[in-house]
Amino acid sequence: MNLTLKVWRQDGPHTGGRFETYQAADIKDEMSFLEMLDIVNERLIEDGREPIAFDSDCREGICGTCGLMVNGQAHGPQKGTATCQLHMRTFRDGDEITIEPWRAAAFPIMKDLIVDRSPLDAIVEAGGYINANTGAAPDANLIPIPKPVADSSMDAAACIGCGACVAACPNSAGQLFTSAKLNHLNLLPQGQAERWKRTEAMVERMEQFFGSCTNHGECQEACPKEISIDFIAYMNRDYIKAKIKNRKLQGQGFP
Amino acid sequence: MSTITLDSRCPTGPIEDRWDNHKFSMKLVNPNNKRRFEVIVVGTGLAGASAAASLAQLGYKVKAFTFHDSPRRAHSIAAQGGINAAKNYKNDGDSVFRLFYDTVKGGDFRARESNVYRLAQVSVNIIDQCVAQGVPFAREYGGLLDNRSFGGAQVSRTFYARGQTGQQLLLGAYQALMEQVQLGTVRLYTKTELLDVVLKDGRACGIVTRDLSTGEITSHSAHAVLLCTGGYSNAFYLSTNAMNCNVTAAWRAHRKGALFANPCYTQIHPTCIPASDEFQSKLTLMSESLRNDGRIWVPKGFDDNRPAGQIPEAERDYYLERKYPAFGNLVPRDVASRNAKTVVDEGRGIGPLKNGVYLDFSDSIGRLGESVVRERYGNLFDMYERITGENPYQVPMRIYPATHYTMGGLWVDYNLMTTIPGLYALGEANFSDHGANRLGASALMQGLADGYFVAPYTIGDYLAGMLGDPVVPTSDPVFTLAEAALRDDINRWLSVGGTRSVDHYHRELGKIVWDQIGMARDRNGLEKAIAEIPALREEFRTNVRVLGTADGINQSLEKVQRVDDFFELAELMARDALWREESCGGHFRVEHQTEEGEAKRDDEHFANAAAWEWQGADTPQQLHVEPLDFEYVKLTQRSYK
Ligand SMILES: Cc1cc2nc3c(=O)[nH]c(=O)nc-3n(C[C@H](O)[C@H](O)[C@H](O)COP(=O)(O)OP(=O)(O)OC[C@H]3O[C@@H](n4cnc5c(N)ncnc54)[C@H](O)[C@@H]3O)c2cc1C
Ligand code: SF4
Ligand code: FES
Repeated sequence: MNLTLKVWRQDGPHTGGRFETYQAADIKDEMSFLEMLDIVNERLIEDGREPIAFDSDCREGICGTCGLMVNGQAHGPQKGTATCQLHMRTFRDGDEITIEPWRAAAFPIMKDLIVDRSPLDAIVEAGGYINANTGAAPDANLIPIPKPVADSSMDAAACIGCGACVAACPNSAGQLFTSAKLNHLNLLPQGQAERWKRTEAMVERMEQFFGSCTNHGECQEACPKEISIDFIAYMNRDYIKAKIKNRKLQGQGFP
Repeated sequence: MSTITLDSRCPTGPIEDRWDNHKFSMKLVNPNNKRRFEVIVVGTGLAGASAAASLAQLGYKVKAFTFHDSPRRAHSIAAQGGINAAKNYKNDGDSVFRLFYDTVKGGDFRARESNVYRLAQVSVNIIDQCVAQGVPFAREYGGLLDNRSFGGAQVSRTFYARGQTGQQLLLGAYQALMEQVQLGTVRLYTKTELLDVVLKDGRACGIVTRDLSTGEITSHSAHAVLLCTGGYSNAFYLSTNAMNCNVTAAWRAHRKGALFANPCYTQIHPTCIPASDEFQSKLTLMSESLRNDGRIWVPKGFDDNRPAGQIPEAERDYYLERKYPAFGNLVPRDVASRNAKTVVDEGRGIGPLKNGVYLDFSDSIGRLGESVVRERYGNLFDMYERITGENPYQVPMRIYPATHYTMGGLWVDYNLMTTIPGLYALGEANFSDHGANRLGASALMQGLADGYFVAPYTIGDYLAGMLGDPVVPTSDPVFTLAEAALRDDINRWLSVGGTRSVDHYHRELGKIVWDQIGMARDRNGLEKAIAEIPALREEFRTNVRVLGTADGINQSLEKVQRVDDFFELAELMARDALWREESCGGHFRVEHQTEEGEAKRDDEHFANAAAWEWQGADTPQQLHVEPLDFEYVKLTQRSYK
């Protein structure tokens, strides 16, 4: 198939950007979307023009490195699919495809289609862990965890940290990502000791970078791992509880 | 001539006491003194993140580096199947000794017994550690941990988190690392690539890095440097590894004097999705756990073009079940891969390009029901369908082997130190524990063993001797000269002014490596590779086109340096494979096989590790040999009949 691409090009973080148009000729159905871009890049290089900078690594939907707005949709048209897993059989000969980077104030554009997503790490840094120093752990089977609890925790833990939820949100909110990490840990018995401290710290770190959630639900639609917005509701509930519990903890030294 | 003598520093005595005795005999650094030591950890995969977090918890001042934009993106994230541990939760006769035994035997007797025993011992601590961190391993209805059996093992000792075990283990280690970042004990450098290892008076004293966002070249000094930078499968161009995996850190350490061991030991994974065309950028692994419930077959007849469903039972050849009745579809990876190659080479391959074999779930779906199969493998089936457009609940999967893991790597002693004092290698980057073939679910185990439970102890033994020594300042000529050389290098690449892309040359190199140093090797092919690789490298160095500038993001510039290192490595892989006149594990020399076509070892001459020493750019490396002793596992010909 032959396609026309409108691609966002931007030289660096401090320069302006523009759309440029490229022809992608002879693209095969079995190719992935990123392989299509590889080919366009190879042809650009042969013409002596700088290739389009875009990020990817695993190319199997698990590392969270890739992420493009394809025709205005984060990770493109296919549900539950990261950009690297999108295949060209989703498109038709003659299509025009607009390709842009994630657009969010918290994710500055570094070059072309590459953005800086470090605020996501900053949220995890604020409390997205269970303190367990190496060597101190008891036998793994000491704490039985009911299968539905483990499964639900795993559903949340499946987040790949790609940032599509932020990019898809009209408010650039970080709720889906943050709630996924919180619920992964807050649901587990091991996560209880730091539950309230973690919740308050992560939510407040999130608010430093991201907009607020007004329940559009676009995040869930864009999420390649189909993380449920129910987790946002649990996070909000835990956050209110955390505010009270943490205050008590401070006041009395004991909950 | 070289003065290196390889000393593995393996403890002696009863094998079950060796690690404990060794820990006791090592020097310790007093808790208050630990903060006076600076340690650089390069790589934040399982090995690096676990090491950096554990060292910081102990009190060391740690700097952690990754070329990724977040530690969570390291290639470990992609591991699907699981992690082994000798917990014996299934009461099926597993034990530390059995895991040790299986690993030595599975590695075809080319690993150190002492190291492997330690690995099996600490495996149980790893699971405890990960559960405490909140890794959501699969559970049974009673709430206890579930296990499954994995390629090559006759016990169920594999822990897993759906099909995303690597992701969950890495997130556990990453979170532990981020906690330390928050505490200020680890300084994290993302999007920062190591491009040189720096030595002073023969010891590792730091590294030189390039900031991939700004292009800035910077030196960092420390008392010790840990390389946790992963494997080199991408020398093949097409592999199951992430696109950016590379050998640069290990290779540049090699050029500075660290010996590189057993480079020819590469593992070809039997269950990957076959390539669909020449523009393929990478291959996708279908977890080996699929072999537990899928049956592998090809048509009995040649050039059979019927769809799978129209080929009657009697005309199917379940060749693994036929040839290896005891292990069937669960034979080790190398055996499964070579057999797939044999049937495809015979002309019995399936699929549009006749480059695959079937992996069929219809029996399991009949026996267990679709919902059980979906529970076990749902996300893998979805992934398969997304890539191929075929539904594996209805038609058998098509699979073919692809390069997946590299057992070779930097030579390290029992303390995980390379031949450069103060320079350590952990995880897939070292050569240590898997011998000539790695068993499924053992890489995650080894990465975390090295990072959580080995290096944090052994490093103290080295550092204790340096108490009071300041780090070498980055103004020292050893650093400024290294930086200047690197800048020259970068400018040279930018001014080649050639005509072809870096990817073009990487693909061409990959073809040579796959054809001549792939699943089956022979003298002719290896000699051909040794002639062809330098010729192609010469063309690459004079005709590659790297556009753009040195400051700011320049992905071609990143790649060109990595591919240059792959060229040098590939040549050494061929030399190593040529020198090793035997077949063992993943190294199959066509000249050395049993009558049944199995790998035939030569223990008299090759029960050893081959470690190569850099001699300068245009001189072949010098060989050093570390003999291996087997006191506990009797040397036998592997047989999976
Ligand atoms: C698809 C797939 C599935 C797998 N499944 C399993 C499985 O089920 N079970 C199992 O046991 N094993 C499995 N493996 C193998 C296993 O995942 C790897 O061997 C293991 O994760 C390697 O971990 P590591 O920490 O050594 O390296 P990696 O995870 O590769 O990490 C390397 C790190 O080093 C950094 N780095 C590298 N070079 C530089 C440099 N020059 N400068 C700065 N940073 C650098 C990278 O950024 C990264 O952080 C699988 C492998 C693949 C490819
Ligand atoms: S919640 Fe979904 S969209 Fe958001 S970062 Fe995680 S995986 Fe990506
Ligand atoms: S490249 Fe890893 S998720 Fe897309």
